[in-house]
Amino acid sequence: MLANFHFFTFASPPRFYALAGRLIPWLWAATIALAGAGLYIGFFRAPTDATQGDAYRIIFIHVPAAWMSMVLYMVMAFWAAIGWAFNARLASMVARAVAPTGAIFTFVALWSGALWGKPTWGTWWVWDARLTSELILLFLYLGYMALVNAIDDTRRADQAGALLAVIGSVNVPIIYFSVKWWNTLHQGATISATAAPKMVATMLRAMLLMTLACWAYAFAVVFTRTRAIIVERERDVKWLNEGLS
Amino acid sequence: MTAPVFSTVLGRDLRLAARRRVDALLPIAFFAVAVSLFPLGVGPEPNTLRQIAPGVLWVCALLAAMLSVTQLYASDQSDGSLEQMMLAGRSALPVAIAKALSHWLLTGLPLLIIAPLFGVMFDLSGRSIAALCASLLLGTPILSLLGNLGAALTLGVRNGGVLLILLIVPLCIPALIFGSGAVSAVESGSSARGHFSLLGALFIATGLLAPIATAAALRIATE
Repeated sequence: MLANFHFFTFASPPRFYALAGRLIPWLWAATIALAGAGLYIGFFRAPTDATQGDAYRIIFIHVPAAWMSMVLYMVMAFWAAIGWAFNARLASMVARAVAPTGAIFTFVALWSGALWGKPTWGTWWVWDARLTSELILLFLYLGYMALVNAIDDTRRADQAGALLAVIGSVNVPIIYFSVKWWNTLHQGATISATAAPKMVATMLRAMLLMTLACWAYAFAVVFTRTRAIIVERERDVKWLNEGLS
Repeated sequence: MTAPVFSTVLGRDLRLAARRRVDALLPIAFFAVAVSLFPLGVGPEPNTLRQIAPGVLWVCALLAAMLSVTQLYASDQSDGSLEQMMLAGRSALPVAIAKALSHWLLTGLPLLIIAPLFGVMFDLSGRSIAALCASLLLGTPILSLLGNLGAALTLGVRNGGVLLILLIVPLCIPALIFGSGAVSAVESGSSARGHFSLLGALFIATGLLAPIATAAALRIATE
């Protein structure tokens, strides 16, 4: 097995299909175990925050979701670019499979942020730099998904999507800093989300476990979706029909 | 090889626009109608109008650019001339630059001319109107360049127009922020130099990168 192992071994859809199929149950198991432990520590072990009360506990979902939303955009842009530059079919499929998961995490980050903002800031939404750029990130995900779905020719859709994802990833920092500047000019430091009190070790542990759970979940879902895309695109190929029948 | 493609495409677009004058005026009409809606929706209070004027004028300029840019390649693609343009040169770059420039000349420049009129109608001061024109002068080319990219990406796609807005508007946000920010800064009596510098930087960066991306998108779309 190891003698035949190359860097590109799993770039072949049949091999990836088999490997992902074997990994998915384990990834789900890891997701459940890590999320269970993380939520238990976060909700029952971590102390109540002195200023925010129990409302702060939403960060155990909010912060990992926000991290994932940003990382997954880069992952998506990376695989889309690889797929475009080297004509690697699987990379393009992975890029497409990442997009909905990234969009969901972005949405969860915004939604949980609103739920946290209501008791803490007294409002569901403020046009804060981070909230606004997260919202724009959601639009970038939606734009990517809308574009690849609107083009029927798979190859063209993958390439156009890759170009858009690369442009988006160049623009994300520009958008972030311009929104930040716009925000400080307009409303001053009325609300400061950055001045968080120092975190207790148990809180940090819970957050770390939840982050790992999010990673495991992202891998599980992206692998499942990639397998579905492989089945869809390679439906006329021999290995797939032999394997499935 | 490069220069003839560029000048031919640019000259052809301008000549086509001159023959279909009403089509060329539509973006300006859209801008005028959209801007006029805001006082009706918000109320005629001059102080409020003065406060929202920079944002309103900029947002309407952005939407006018996005709506007009969808037609940039559509007719050329349907009659096959886009394919001939792509075959004429080794690179799609001159076509992309010529299209962006023709779009700016046909929508950005007229907007720039008509914008002071609406500045007066929103009761902006003379200095603010000058800042508005300067910010539009730097900003509308960015909109044309990015819109051009969106038009190339959504070439021949279902619902291309709506899709283009979803794709390109997020990318235009920095230009909107610094463009309307410059006018607001002058209106509130502070210096707008920072805004203009950043808008200029955005213009240079977009001018360098967007045509390359547009050329790539054209290649993908016509392959």
